[in-house]
Amino acid sequence: MSEPTVTLHVTRYHPEHDNAPRRQSYSVPYRQDWVVLDALNYIKDQIDGTLTFRWSCRMGVCGSCGMMVNGVPRLTCAAFLREYYPHEIRVEPLTNFPIMRDLVIDMSDFMEKLRSVKPWIIRDEEKPLEAGEYLQTPAELEQYKQFSMCINCMLCYAACPVYGLEPEFVGPAAIALAQRYNLDSRDQGHKQRGPVIASHEGIWDCTFIGECSEVCPKDVDPAGAIQQAKVATTNEWFKSLLLPWGKR
Amino acid sequence: MPMLTHDILLVGGGGAGLRAAIAAAEVSAHLSIGVVSKVYPMRSHTVSAEGGTAAVLRDNDSLDSHARDTIFGADFLADQDAVEAFVNEAPREVIQLEHWGCPWSRDADGRVSVRPFGGMSVHRTLYAADKTGFHMLHALFQTSLKYDAIVRYDEWYVSQILVEDGKARGVVALNMYTGEVQAIAAKAIILCTGGAGRIFPFTTNAAIKTGDGMALAYRAGVALKDMEFVQYHPTGLPGTGILITEASRGEGGHLKNKDGYRYLQDYGLGPATDQPVLRKMELGPRDILSRIHMQEYQKGRTFEGPYGHYVHLDLRHLGEELIDKRLPFVRELVRNYVGIDPVYEPIPVRPVVHYMMGGVDTDITAKTTLEGLYAAGEVACVSINGANRLGSNSLTELLVFGARAGRAAAQYALEQPAPSLNPLTQLASDEERRLNEHFLNKDGGRERIATIRTEMQKTMEEGVGIYRDEAGLRQTCDTLRQLRERFAHIAIEDRGRVFNTELIGALELDFMLDVAEAVARSALQRQESRGSHTRTDFPDRDDERYLQHSLAYRTPEGPRIAYSPVTITRWAPEERKY
Repeated sequence: MSEPTVTLHVTRYHPEHDNAPRRQSYSVPYRQDWVVLDALNYIKDQIDGTLTFRWSCRMGVCGSCGMMVNGVPRLTCAAFLREYYPHEIRVEPLTNFPIMRDLVIDMSDFMEKLRSVKPWIIRDEEKPLEAGEYLQTPAELEQYKQFSMCINCMLCYAACPVYGLEPEFVGPAAIALAQRYNLDSRDQGHKQRGPVIASHEGIWDCTFIGECSEVCPKDVDPAGAIQQAKVATTNEWFKSLLLPWGKR
Repeated sequence: MPMLTHDILLVGGGGAGLRAAIAAAEVSAHLSIGVVSKVYPMRSHTVSAEGGTAAVLRDNDSLDSHARDTIFGADFLADQDAVEAFVNEAPREVIQLEHWGCPWSRDADGRVSVRPFGGMSVHRTLYAADKTGFHMLHALFQTSLKYDAIVRYDEWYVSQILVEDGKARGVVALNMYTGEVQAIAAKAIILCTGGAGRIFPFTTNAAIKTGDGMALAYRAGVALKDMEFVQYHPTGLPGTGILITEASRGEGGHLKNKDGYRYLQDYGLGPATDQPVLRKMELGPRDILSRIHMQEYQKGRTFEGPYGHYVHLDLRHLGEELIDKRLPFVRELVRNYVGIDPVYEPIPVRPVVHYMMGGVDTDITAKTTLEGLYAAGEVACVSINGANRLGSNSLTELLVFGARAGRAAAQYALEQPAPSLNPLTQLASDEERRLNEHFLNKDGGRERIATIRTEMQKTMEEGVGIYRDEAGLRQTCDTLRQLRERFAHIAIEDRGRVFNTELIGALELDFMLDVAEAVARSALQRQESRGSHTRTDFPDRDDERYLQHSLAYRTPEGPRIAYSPVTITRWAPEERKY
C-alpha cells in the first residue's frame, strides 16, 4: 500500500508574472518526525523546484524560516506535521510584511528598526582591554538575559495587530533589544535610545495585546520588555518633574 | 553593468566576517567596507555554535598549555607559529567581545566563567550558557551596526572572484532580490564563508554550509589545504544531525553503549570516574571518540534505530537544576527533536560531520597566495587545527583570524591605488554570460539538483567517512567525476529573476562538487592515519612522509595534490596518547 500523505496549501507569488498571490496545493509524504520545513524541502527537491522560501539551521536558532502555518506565525523548522495531520496545512508568508516571492517577505523595515534602537554597548568611558572584563554578577546578567535571546525571526511582528495597522511602530523585537541594552549593567546609553523608544512610534504605540509574547519561540517576552520600558520611561519623566536640578 | 567599488570586500557575514569588517573599520575611518552575504548576517552558521570559546584568562593557565593542547590535538599537523600567535591573541579578543556586550556566563564575583572542554588540560572555555555562537554572532552583528563605513549587501550571492593582472580585484555577485548580476571592485577581498559540511548527508551544519568560498578561491588558483581532515562531532542527533554540544560532556555527561556501559574506558581513555577528568573518557578529543563509536558499532554494541546506529548520552545524573542552568538549549533541542526529556531519559547520539579543518591556504596573517585575497574562519586553513580541532578553538579562531584578516586587508588596501575598472568590466560580462548560458537560460536539463546532491553526499559518506581505504576513496573520486559530468545536464525549473533559490541551489552544488573532489583526492593521496583521517590500509601515523600539509590545486581533470612543510617551533612531534 502507499505510504500516508498530507496536503499542503502554499502561497505562491511571482512578481514577474502574477498580479496577486495565489495558492498551490501539494501532496507530500507524512512522516512522524518531519516538520513543515521538511515538507517544503520535499516539494522543492522532488516536485516543484520553483517553490521559494528561506531556511538554514533547521534547529530553531537562525530565525530564517518563519511563516504562517494555519494562520499562526511559526518557525517551520519547529512545527511538526504531526501537530496537524491528518488535516491539511496552509503555509503562507508572514503577515504584515510585503511579499517578495512565494513565502519570502521583505524584511528591510525590520532591519532598519533594529538599527534605529542603537543595539550596542554605549558608554561614557571605555575601560582598556588590558584591565580585563567589566564585572557583571550572575544576578546582573539575569536582568537582561531573557531579552538577549531574540533570534530576529519576526514572528512577533507578524502577530502584532498594531504593526499591521501602523507600519511606523518600532515593534516588539526592536524594543526588547533596546531593553536588553538598557538593562545591561555595562551600558550607559538608555538616554540615547530614548528618542526612538519613548516616542509615539515606540512603546506608546503598544496597547499590550500580548500576541508577540504568545508566538515568540524563544520566550523573550517582548511584551514584558515594552511594559518595563513604559514604567521606566514614566518614572524618569516623574523624576524630571520632581527633581529638575537632579542628576538622572 | 555598472560597477560598485569598496576598499575592502567581505564575502560572508558570520563571526569571522563581522569581526574582520569591524577590525578594518577600526584601522581607518576612511576605508569603505562592503559585506556581501547570501543570508542576513544573523542567519550565519556561527549562530548554531553552542559550547564555548577558548582563551587563557586564569592564573592557573598558561599560553604554552593552550598551545600544547592545540598542537597535540592537531596530531602535530598544526603550524606552531600560527598556534602561538592564536593563543597569544585569544585573551584580548574574548575580552574585546565582552566589552562589546557579549553576555558571557559569570562566576559569583562577576568575572567571566570558564568550563572544561575536550582535549583541554585546563578549564579555559568561556561560554554564554550553551548558545555561545548565537550570543557571539549577535554581539558582533549589533556592534557592526555602529560603523557607517560598513555597507551590507544582504542576500547577494558571490559567484566568482575577479582576478586581473595576478591580483584579486573584485567579485561578481547575484543580487538575489532582482536577479541582476553585479560586479563589485575592491582592493582587498576577505573570504569568510565557512565550511562545507553539506557535502555529507549527516551533518550539524546548516543548509548554507556549501563551501562557496573554498570553491571561489580554488577556481581562482589558490590551493585548498588539508582538505582530507573532516571532523565528526561525536554527539549529533541521529537523522537530523542536530548538534548536542560537547559542553554536555564537559558538565559531566556519560556516553553509554547498548549495555549501559561507559565504553570509552575500553579504549585507553579510562579510568571511568564519576566526575569528568580533563582529556579522559568523555572529555577525550573528537576524532578519537568518533572512531571509538564506529568500533563499538562494528562489535555490535551500539543501538540500532530508524536512522542507523547510535549510543546514549546520559545527563540524568546531572539533575534538572544544572541542566536548566548550563544546558538549557540542549534540553530544548532534545525535547523538540527527539521527543524526550534529557532530565529523565538518555539522549540518542552518533558521530556527524561538523567541521572542516582544511580550507583555503593562508599564512598566519590570513593572506592567501593570490595578492589581494584573504581568508579567515572555517573557510581558511592557516593551520591552527591541523589534523583535528579541539572544541572551543573554532569560535576563538573567528575572532583572532577575523581580526588579523581585517587588519591585514586594511593595511594593504591603504597602500593600493583604486583598481582600474575597464578590465574588470570585461571579466564581469564574461561571468554574466556564463551564468546566463549555463544556469539562468538553460534548456533541456534532465536531472534534478537534489538527485545529484544526494548522490554526492552518499558517496562521500561511503568512501570518505570516519574509516577510509584505497578502494573506497578511488570509487568516490570516480563517482564525483561522473557527477561533475552529470551536473552539466541539471534541470532548472525556476526561470524567474526574483529570489530564485533553485538557481542558488545549483550554484552551491557546483561549488560543492569541487570541494568534495578536493576532499576525496587529498584523502586518497595521504597514505597514513593522522587526526581525523583514518586509513584502514595505512593505520599508523607516518611523520617521515606525511608531516606535511596537502595542497589541492584545481585542474580540468580534477585536483592535483602537492605538499608543503609544517612549521615546528617548540613542540617536537610525539605519539598522541591521552
